[in-house]
Amino acid sequence: MHNAVKQIALPVLAILAALLLFGVFVWFAGVSPVDVWLILFKGAFGDWFSWQNTLQRAAPLMLTALCVAIPARAGLVIIGGEGALVLGGLACAALPMLLPLPANVAGTALACLAGAVVGGLWIMLAGWLRQARGINETIASLLLAYVAIGIFKHLVEGALRDPGSLNKPSTPTLADGLLIGGIGGSDVHWGLVLGALACVALGVWLRFTASGFSVRVVGGNPRTAQLVGLPVTRLVLAACALGGACAGLAGAVEVAAVQTSANASLISGYGYAGILVAFIARQNPVAIVPVAILFGGFGAAGSLLQRRLGLPDASVLVLQGIAFVLILASEALRHVDWATLFARMRRASRTATAANTTAAPIVEKTS
Amino acid sequence: MTADQWIALFAAIVGGALRVGAPFLFVSLGECLTEKSGRINLGLEGVLVLSAMASFGGAYLTDSVWAGVAIGAAAGGLLALLHGVLCSLRGVNDVATGIALMLLGTGLAFYLGKPLIQPQAPQLPALPLGDWSDNAVVRSALQVNVLVPIGMALAVLMHWAFAATRAGLLVRLAGDSANATRALGYSVPGIRIAATALGGCIAGLGGAGLTLFYPGSWNEGISSGQGLIAVALVIFARWSPLRCVGAALLFGGAGAIGPALQSIGVGWGYHLFGTVPYVLTLVILVITCRPGSVTPGTPGELSSTR
Repeated sequence: MHNAVKQIALPVLAILAALLLFGVFVWFAGVSPVDVWLILFKGAFGDWFSWQNTLQRAAPLMLTALCVAIPARAGLVIIGGEGALVLGGLACAALPMLLPLPANVAGTALACLAGAVVGGLWIMLAGWLRQARGINETIASLLLAYVAIGIFKHLVEGALRDPGSLNKPSTPTLADGLLIGGIGGSDVHWGLVLGALACVALGVWLRFTASGFSVRVVGGNPRTAQLVGLPVTRLVLAACALGGACAGLAGAVEVAAVQTSANASLISGYGYAGILVAFIARQNPVAIVPVAILFGGFGAAGSLLQRRLGLPDASVLVLQGIAFVLILASEALRHVDWATLFARMRRASRTATAANTTAAPIVEKTS
Repeated sequence: MTADQWIALFAAIVGGALRVGAPFLFVSLGECLTEKSGRINLGLEGVLVLSAMASFGGAYLTDSVWAGVAIGAAAGGLLALLHGVLCSLRGVNDVATGIALMLLGTGLAFYLGKPLIQPQAPQLPALPLGDWSDNAVVRSALQVNVLVPIGMALAVLMHWAFAATRAGLLVRLAGDSANATRALGYSVPGIRIAATALGGCIAGLGGAGLTLFYPGSWNEGISSGQGLIAVALVIFARWSPLRCVGAALLFGGAGAIGPALQSIGVGWGYHLFGTVPYVLTLVILVITCRPGSVTPGTPGELSSTR
């Protein structure tokens, strides 16, 4: 099979297989798979209302997926994007409390920048732990995510809490001028454009610039990179910082466009779903855009599955889990040498027919 | 603070070490077995959550706590078996598969566990280790999960098995040199799949400890990274089952600091104290890992250290 065909066909097949398997799964729960598929589609892409919901969820997914994809290109498996996201959201909400920000686009940009910087530093810490101390960055980044969530809760329920937020501890609501509005009055906010631009920009950077190429060399073979004199540690840290900045920005945009304050709703699993999006997109920033929209759609359809069919809200998590497992399993198909396999199968069937006609009685014994 | 408060705090941390440490102990023993065979299973986090839900559901439906424990172990073993099989496919990376299983296990547990949030299941009996004391706080703090001594016995058993049995030697051989194993005519994937699945069963016992002992209920936040800490614990314990016991108790104690302080009326920083086990894990990794050198005791085939 041609490489580019494999590149797209395998993930598509894996997702279709995941939908099929998910259908079997809900069938055990006594729900018609066909209903589930129809509602998934309707809830995700059925009408303009679902599209708005889908795109709104796709925005943070694009950014958290970049937090996996960019370090991955430098050879690191970072899975703690959720931590960078919550701290980025917290920084965005906290900056106006500390500084008198102008309530206009510049102020919004500054608050979001604060989120990106904090997120970038957080993931860079995981990269530094690996480069300086040899600590597995996958484990370190996830541990850091739990630490980040602890810090977030401590501050939101303590020092940064708005005394007016009674049942749900939150930071003070952002001033109207600092909020990110919808595009053309819709529910889809400008964060979507920001996310897509980030994907394209980082894709171009990786593909066409010298520094982007160096990052890929480091990811391909760190020893070679060292031999040709690339600053490996600096490149790895830069990739982590860029990825973390994206996740931090995702949190900041969620605060400024959706939540209007930092509160526990921010910890909703966008960081973990981003891992899946990045893997399906094969760590290619540009491919993240459509995959994030697809998974934003699954997320948006989740509440409809709950309302219409009475399925638990975790159904989408199950679908994501199945999809992830199948995507990885499909990796094994990539390594199959199809031409040789087909030739061998043809030869096998030819000898089998020959054996059948000449020595039918001993087939059972030999097999 | 008065002397009584100090005693209560100390008892709460020691008791908490034994209580909170139980899941750590089982997951780290399970991971130890898996890693000895040359494979890493980050999915034990998902295994822990799924088996916690399964053992609670099993105990609730069968009305027998030990049936619940068995069902939890079986569920953990099945999920880990999936990991073992997937990783044996060509070109499939064990770290990525572990992340996928973490997602899948959590999703399945949340989905199937939805109806289990309200009911009460039978609970594991407690060992009253604090009966020597007149202090009621000390006595209630030292009610220890009956699984803890089982886990300690299992650690000794594993230590002996690695050193002295044919199966134990084979697991270590597969972990240290796949080529040598193949040369002796054994199947490396076969050994690794078996070790991974059995490791999942052991980790599943930890899940049972999470829901069938104090506080003894199922909720979605029940594991929150404990399975992952256990992966780091194994590095800290240098792949020795006996050292896993000490490491699990240390981490259990760290995890108990927040609740212990709260029990004597210190409410400040509850969430910050909740992060102590994660921070401690990172600190210990910083101390034990050296850049560019391999920790003594590391199985030679372990992908995460190469």
